[in-house]
Amino acid sequence: MINKVVNNADEAIADIPDNATLMLGGFGLCGIPENCIAALVKKGVKGLTCISNNAGVDDFGIGLMLKTRQVKKMISSYVGENAEFERQLLSGELEVDLIPQGTLAERIRAGGAGIPAFYTPAGFGTEVAEGKEVREFNGKMYLLESWLQADFAIVKAWKGDKAGNLIFKGTARNFNPMMATAGKITIAEVEELVEVGELDPNHIHTPGIFVQRIFQGVNYEKRIEQRTTKIK
Amino acid sequence: MPLDKIGIAKRIAQEVQDGTYINLGIGIPTLVANFIPEHINVVLQSENGLLGIGPFPEEEEVDADLINAGKQTVTTLPGSSLFSSAESFAMIRGGHVDLTILGAMEVSENGDIANWKIPGKMVKGMGGAMDLVASAENIIVAMQHRSRSGESKLLKECTLPITGIRCVKKIVTDLAVLDVLPEGGFKLLERAPGVSVEEIKEATSGRLIIEGEIPEMKLN
Repeated sequence: MINKVVNNADEAIADIPDNATLMLGGFGLCGIPENCIAALVKKGVKGLTCISNNAGVDDFGIGLMLKTRQVKKMISSYVGENAEFERQLLSGELEVDLIPQGTLAERIRAGGAGIPAFYTPAGFGTEVAEGKEVREFNGKMYLLESWLQADFAIVKAWKGDKAGNLIFKGTARNFNPMMATAGKITIAEVEELVEVGELDPNHIHTPGIFVQRIFQGVNYEKRIEQRTTKIK
Repeated sequence: MPLDKIGIAKRIAQEVQDGTYINLGIGIPTLVANFIPEHINVVLQSENGLLGIGPFPEEEEVDADLINAGKQTVTTLPGSSLFSSAESFAMIRGGHVDLTILGAMEVSENGDIANWKIPGKMVKGMGGAMDLVASAENIIVAMQHRSRSGESKLLKECTLPITGIRCVKKIVTDLAVLDVLPEGGFKLLERAPGVSVEEIKEATSGRLIIEGEIPEMKLN
């Protein structure tokens, strides 16, 4: 069996160089690779292009990497929870490419699936369409959008085995499965790493072929942005 | 008297059809779920990867791995399913979601909507709104008729960057229910209890079409 197991986040990200393009899974703070983000902050790599639906909050998630000015460019759909982000954006320190969420998901899926471009209706007639090819299908207008790929895709799963097979939990799945397919090197951090054969093949969300490195993470904080409970 | 947010949500809930799949945006649209009558069966879709959104959890049920698109903790229901963002937007883009209810900063008389950006001021991003408005079969907007500074939000043309063109079918505001006609124009259907047609005229800067008597909304 190919050995994919590394000891920890530091080891998993050790060869990520300055100016790399990264994909980081998660929606808000749900399903983010907490251990690898902490390791990237510790390592201090700079000039990163980060593809991630959101940019974390001021003191958690990708927000931690913004604070240390490690991010040169964000490619995201919604970045509204982060004051430091907004400050860097308005002052021109940070480049930002805002992309409709479904288009972002599909561009990543396309990147992993070897499809260089596709047509989508999202953004037709808006500033998102500027400079893009427009084409009509069955009387409706569509934009040509291209694939996204990354040097490293960093994903977070609930369970994984040593062959790299992954299972996600709840809505922590979000962008993780597509990103896992679109990295030249995909790093998976999991809450529970098990032996090959312990996961039911029927339950695998991401087949191990997409994952090059895997480790069991520690001390998951799983911070909640909007803790909302039933009104009594 | 103009409706409050709850009133707008209650009125929109009357538009919800039995047996449909619905995506609710953040804010007033999320409130609509509370007022859908019990005999109407609908399935709520959350674009971060949940079909069949359940109620907010009890304190001890809170699960950080189970949130809605507004990042609030939620629960699943019998029959719920979970999936990736790509599959979620396949549901949306593929036309499988019957109704989208969302907020807006401006709507134009030809159905354009602006709700994602105020240049130089607010740069939060469009999230899933552009995908939703480009693909939903039916789009209802929930919003205040006027901005905080008193400007009409129902315009001839949007002044803010657009989220989608010619997509809004119906608008429910604190003052009125209006259809956006395919040929353009806001057709006044109902007025909020105690609100006059004159007040609605004054608050609408786009073309307002008034035919016959305009009834008051019926709210429970």
